[in-house]
Amino acid sequence: MRATPPSPAALICQMRRGGLSQRERRQNQPLSLGKRGRGEGAALFSTRTGVALAIVFVASIAVAQIRTQPASASVLELLVKWTPLLATGFLFNLLISFFAMVVGTASGLLLAFARISPRRSLRGTSWIVVQFFRNAPWLVLLFFVMYLLPFQFRLGSVTIPFPDWIKATLGLALPIMANVAEIVRGAVQSIPTAQWDAARSLAFSRRQTLWKIILPQCVKRMLPPWMNWYAILTMATTLASIVGVSEVMTITLRITNAEGRTDLLIPIYSYVLLWFFLYCYPISRWTRRLEARYGQR
Amino acid sequence: MTHRIDATGSNVPIVRVLDVHKSFGAVEVLRGISFDVAKGEAVCIIGPSGSGKSTLLRCINGLVTIDRGEIFVALHAVHRLHKDVEMVALRKDVSIVFQQYNLFPHKTALENVMMAPIDVLKQPRREVEERAYALLKKVRLSGKEQSYPGELSGGQQQRVAIARALAMRPQVMLFDEVTAALDPETRKEVLATIRQLIEEGMTSVLVTHEMAFAREIADHVYFTDHGLIVEDGPPSQLFAAPRKERTRAFLEQIL
Ligand SMILES: Nc1ncnc2c1ncn2[C@@H]1O[C@H](COP(=O)(O)OP(=O)(O)OP(=O)(O)O)[C@@H](O)[C@H]1O
Ligand SMILES: [Mg+2]
Repeated sequence: MRATPPSPAALICQMRRGGLSQRERRQNQPLSLGKRGRGEGAALFSTRTGVALAIVFVASIAVAQIRTQPASASVLELLVKWTPLLATGFLFNLLISFFAMVVGTASGLLLAFARISPRRSLRGTSWIVVQFFRNAPWLVLLFFVMYLLPFQFRLGSVTIPFPDWIKATLGLALPIMANVAEIVRGAVQSIPTAQWDAARSLAFSRRQTLWKIILPQCVKRMLPPWMNWYAILTMATTLASIVGVSEVMTITLRITNAEGRTDLLIPIYSYVLLWFFLYCYPISRWTRRLEARYGQR
Repeated sequence: MTHRIDATGSNVPIVRVLDVHKSFGAVEVLRGISFDVAKGEAVCIIGPSGSGKSTLLRCINGLVTIDRGEIFVALHAVHRLHKDVEMVALRKDVSIVFQQYNLFPHKTALENVMMAPIDVLKQPRREVEERAYALLKKVRLSGKEQSYPGELSGGQQQRVAIARALAMRPQVMLFDEVTAALDPETRKEVLATIRQLIEEGMTSVLVTHEMAFAREIADHVYFTDHGLIVEDGPPSQLFAAPRKERTRAFLEQIL
């Protein structure tokens, strides 16, 4: 068995493929947003995947344990030793995922409003933006943002640094923005126009109607796909290692380099993978519970 | 039933529709409709399906913009309003009740009634709440304040919709076949509510298929077909002795 680190790019490719097949279905059917999430969620974070991961992890440790030279430290000891450092890296991934989700959701909401605007020009422009950022590979977007944005800002006489991790966060927020925009647009358009008529008849303005009457009714429908994108995003944060952010993958690489032991490779990478799984699995379960509850309506 | 007009002491039209035309694409839905509604009057519009009755009501409250003609409601020249903001003032004076109730499903009956006065008219919550309770009582729904639309029967939902429309204290009420989706039993409750409103002098324009009801409460009845008013008159005349062949055929078919 050759120790090849799991490539985040491959992971993302796999995720995107899951999304693509579903997208075609959704185009004529905005109501099927929920189903879409279910398909991806099931493929990515099923209990079976988790069990398989755990088995790989345990087996790799067992094998490594047997092959380890009696004089050197055991793989298990090494994992324990490096766990605090790995954890700080992993926390960084969560931080990036959290901020990227916040930024992506806020901007996605605005983009969705443009998508359903009565103004044709705004609708057209926003459509192009959505299509671009939904279909561009995440890694490309990430590099794009990394090299496009300066490493610092000048506001008058004050210089504000613009660290890599913030740039990575913005880069990851872009595809989230486009996908959130699609979720919101689909959900808003699935609400019967009679609701708009009723609200307008009661003298609600367009904005009030959207915020007070339409969007609250959309939450149920938007939540599952939105959470699903969060899980996908969390895994995609490992892409930040490619552009040099000190997140968990970068740290893992540094550790393996420092230890210089090939028998550590598979255990430590499956260990990290397990962490991601343990974080995303509950989210995925919860998503599917919500879908099942709201799905029938 | 002209006594109500006498009671209000005036014959000033509060709704005036003049030669209104409206097409959807190539389909001419309204082809020159004119009529007046005096303050305190109840007017019924009857006619076959697809003759443009709903469209006409939706023109009156600006949900549909007309192609040609003039519409005045209270002090508003509806045909001159285009922006959403301009429509807001109009819609404070005219309320509509739909066939399918169109309640907000994520709000309770009470909240449905309270929302617009608080969010749009910016009236104090306490005052609005008091009024909402009174209105729900008036439509005989006391005790259902905290129910969600999904937990209410069709007739109950429709009465919440009426209370919601009334909460705006409109000068004119539009009713678009509000009993068409209901079974005969619940229909009665809703008609009783509307009857009471009309007796209290609420200016109303009703599109209805309930001929007996129209005959009983209307001051004036309009029969429309293919986007035109074919015939109009007081209910006693129009129902008992229609002048036009088309009216007679329609009434025979429906009764
Ligand atoms: N928004 C719209 N776009 C296109 N056509 C429309 C629209 N609204 C109404 N129509 C068409 O206008 C015609 C009249 O519709 P309307 O709903 O006003 O009739 P109606 O008299 O209320 O009929 P019913 O008794 O069935 O409710 C119909 O042929 C309908 O298809
Ligand atoms: Mg109609």
